Amino acid sequence: MAKPASRRARNAPATTSTAPSADHNRERPGEPERYDASQEELLEFYRQMLLIRRFEERAGQLYGLGLIGGFCHLYIGQEAVAVGIQSALTPGKDSVITGYRDHGHMLAYGIDPKIIMAELTGREAGISRGKGGSMHMFSVEHKFFGGHGIVGAQVSLGTGLAFSHKYNEDGGVCVAYFGDGAANQGQVYESFNMAELWKLPIIFVIENNQYAMGTSVARSSAEDQLYRRGESFRIPGMQVDGMDVLAVRGATEAALEYVRSGKGPILLEMKTYRYRGHSMSDPAKYRSRDEVQQMRDTSDPIEGIKKILAEAGVKEEDMKAIDTKIRKDVSEAADFAESSPEPDMAELYTDVLVEQY
Amino acid sequence: MGLEIKMPALSPTMEEGTLAKWLVKEGDEVKAGDIMAEIETDKATMEFEAVDEGTIEKILIAEGTDNVKVGTVIAMLSGEGEAAAPADEAPKAEAPATPQKAAQSEDSAPKKAESGTANLSGSKATAVTDPAIPEGTEMVKQTVREALRDAMAEEMRRDPRVFLMGEEVAEYQGAYKVTQGLLDEFGAKRVIDTPITEHGFAGIGAGAAMGGLKPIVEFMTFNFAMQAMDQIINSAAKTNYMSGGQMRCPIVFRGPNGAASRVGAQHSQNYAPWYAAVPGLIVIAPYDSSDAKGLLKAAIRSEDPVVFLENELVYGRSFEVPQVEDHVLPIGKARIVRPGKDVTLVSYSIGVGVALEAAETLAADGIDAEVIDLRTLRPLDTATVLESLKKTNRIVVVEEGWPVCSIASEIAAVCMEQGFDDLDAPVLRVTNEDVPLPYAANLEKAALIDAARVVKAARKVCYRD
Repeated sequence: MAKPASRRARNAPATTSTAPSADHNRERPGEPERYDASQEELLEFYRQMLLIRRFEERAGQLYGLGLIGGFCHLYIGQEAVAVGIQSALTPGKDSVITGYRDHGHMLAYGIDPKIIMAELTGREAGISRGKGGSMHMFSVEHKFFGGHGIVGAQVSLGTGLAFSHKYNEDGGVCVAYFGDGAANQGQVYESFNMAELWKLPIIFVIENNQYAMGTSVARSSAEDQLYRRGESFRIPGMQVDGMDVLAVRGATEAALEYVRSGKGPILLEMKTYRYRGHSMSDPAKYRSRDEVQQMRDTSDPIEGIKKILAEAGVKEEDMKAIDTKIRKDVSEAADFAESSPEPDMAELYTDVLVEQY
Repeated sequence: MGLEIKMPALSPTMEEGTLAKWLVKEGDEVKAGDIMAEIETDKATMEFEAVDEGTIEKILIAEGTDNVKVGTVIAMLSGEGEAAAPADEAPKAEAPATPQKAAQSEDSAPKKAESGTANLSGSKATAVTDPAIPEGTEMVKQTVREALRDAMAEEMRRDPRVFLMGEEVAEYQGAYKVTQGLLDEFGAKRVIDTPITEHGFAGIGAGAAMGGLKPIVEFMTFNFAMQAMDQIINSAAKTNYMSGGQMRCPIVFRGPNGAASRVGAQHSQNYAPWYAAVPGLIVIAPYDSSDAKGLLKAAIRSEDPVVFLENELVYGRSFEVPQVEDHVLPIGKARIVRPGKDVTLVSYSIGVGVALEAAETLAADGIDAEVIDLRTLRPLDTATVLESLKKTNRIVVVEEGWPVCSIASEIAAVCMEQGFDDLDAPVLRVTNEDVPLPYAANLEKAALIDAARVVKAARKVCYRD
């Protein structure tokens, strides 16, 4: 399947499909609209997506140089998802959790690229003091709860975060991101069941980038329309063009309104695409170069917003200036990450437990 | 001629119960399937139904009688026709006993099936001396089950972030009645029945802990926690380290662990060595009521993830518990439950009772055994073990669990690495046999540890065999 998501006109519906419900009496969120962003907001979306793109490109280079080890999963191509969703959240109130492809979500949360890059290079100054690495990064301060390496585990954990929002009556919503691969894990459905049963404030976001490592959705999923995966739990689903940051933002607003009003969880399927391999060691034998190139040419989220900005009268050189600034920031982050010291040997034994016994 | 109606066993471990209520009276006609009485055990109240037709001739045990032993004749049924046939020719009870309504099939059964867990039933009280409890503290007798419940209730009163979730913890009042009364006191917001979905609710618990709450997650038994292992280890245990100390996961996973009676291999396993192998976890396995209460309270207060291993066979045993306002014990400290000078028996959980029983036998033989209850398995209190070794120069580890890569293996390694010069004999391990636990009573008995094996091992290290 993996048909390219089409670029849409402004103010078109933000969803590409909504689940035809077996029970028409079930409550559903309103039909979301593509977000009507101000020029300032458009520029900010552009800046954030570009920062993620440039950061990830640089991370890829550092990996090639041997400065980043282990697994490193890049977010290139999927930028609109994290940026569109997280721009709709209330900082300090809503929480976010995701899997191991987590750099983009952290950058979209405004976390300093330096300490993220320093974590990738395994340095003391890294956000996890060099002890987590690419897949295990957290910022409790930003209510970003990771960064989890086991496929699907973040869905149950996110449901627990939603549980704590409800228990504390703090009005917060949890956004739990997972991929099309994780969507086949059993605990995802255990969590769906309890989330709906207990009406927990959570948005389940499937970032459907079409491939679970090298296995396409069509080859792994009996129901390949993943937004329908919540139906038997009475969780409404929406399929969204995840390459269009405004569609993503619009759908998130509709989802947030539904969830915040106490109606329980909702499922967003973001149709997106990753340009790079699953991780840095991906042989990319499972898809053609043409397929990737076609997505880049027709659906790139950054090119898309550039077009909108140009139509709104933003000059090419102003956009270029933003890019130049970002390149500089990313360069500085990379220099910082390369030159920072590794953790002190004493760190080996710290943080195993919180308390002393 | 009359048929004897006997007090039924309504669970594998039931030895006695209360005849709560008669629903028939003398002279009543009953048919097979009629409910005759309500019988109460420490776990539940159950209905007892007739398996034969006839007239209730005589009621021998009045309703409201406590401690009626299983097998006691409680009434006589005057049979007619085929019901009056000799018992050994009577058709075998067709319907197997269900947990709700146990059929009375004693008469036709060849003999009462014993359980190998009887090996473990030496209900030996531990010494009440605990360095953490001031001398002269008033003590009351309480079952381990009640002690655990009180620990949870006290901590829930103290800290509104503490909540309890698991299968049957609320309306059913606990599959093993440990959470009895908690729903009434704390309401459905804090005492939550989950669907049968261990992987999911272990993850939800861990996530809630990361979000700032203090969950107690009950597993009906730890056998089912295998479904949740990933969340316990990969999420709960490693988060604090992986986040450089930023993100905590203060959660308690608790429930019965180890062999139960005649439930077969899938429901009888000791997971202590599995969890104790994982850095980032605290693992506690108490034996008596005082430790169960004091350590569960400490576990709930801890900022670290705790695996709290209880034992079904010990739930109903009574031990002394100090009457103090706030009985909290230190995690990571073993306790000498019986001082001695000739040989050290190291154990934890239900094995402590077996070790104490063995120590009594040994005493009669002139061997003075010291018994150590490890209580916490991670971090392991090696100092107490090595100190004892220095005194006795001999160690036998008693563990109701498999031998390979066990806590016993770990103790043996520690003694060799750090106490080699104090050893006058090799460290011996008395553990269950290295097989999945069989169902047949005789095989089950052979597979589980008992005091006789401990005595034998202790004599061997004392060169008295």
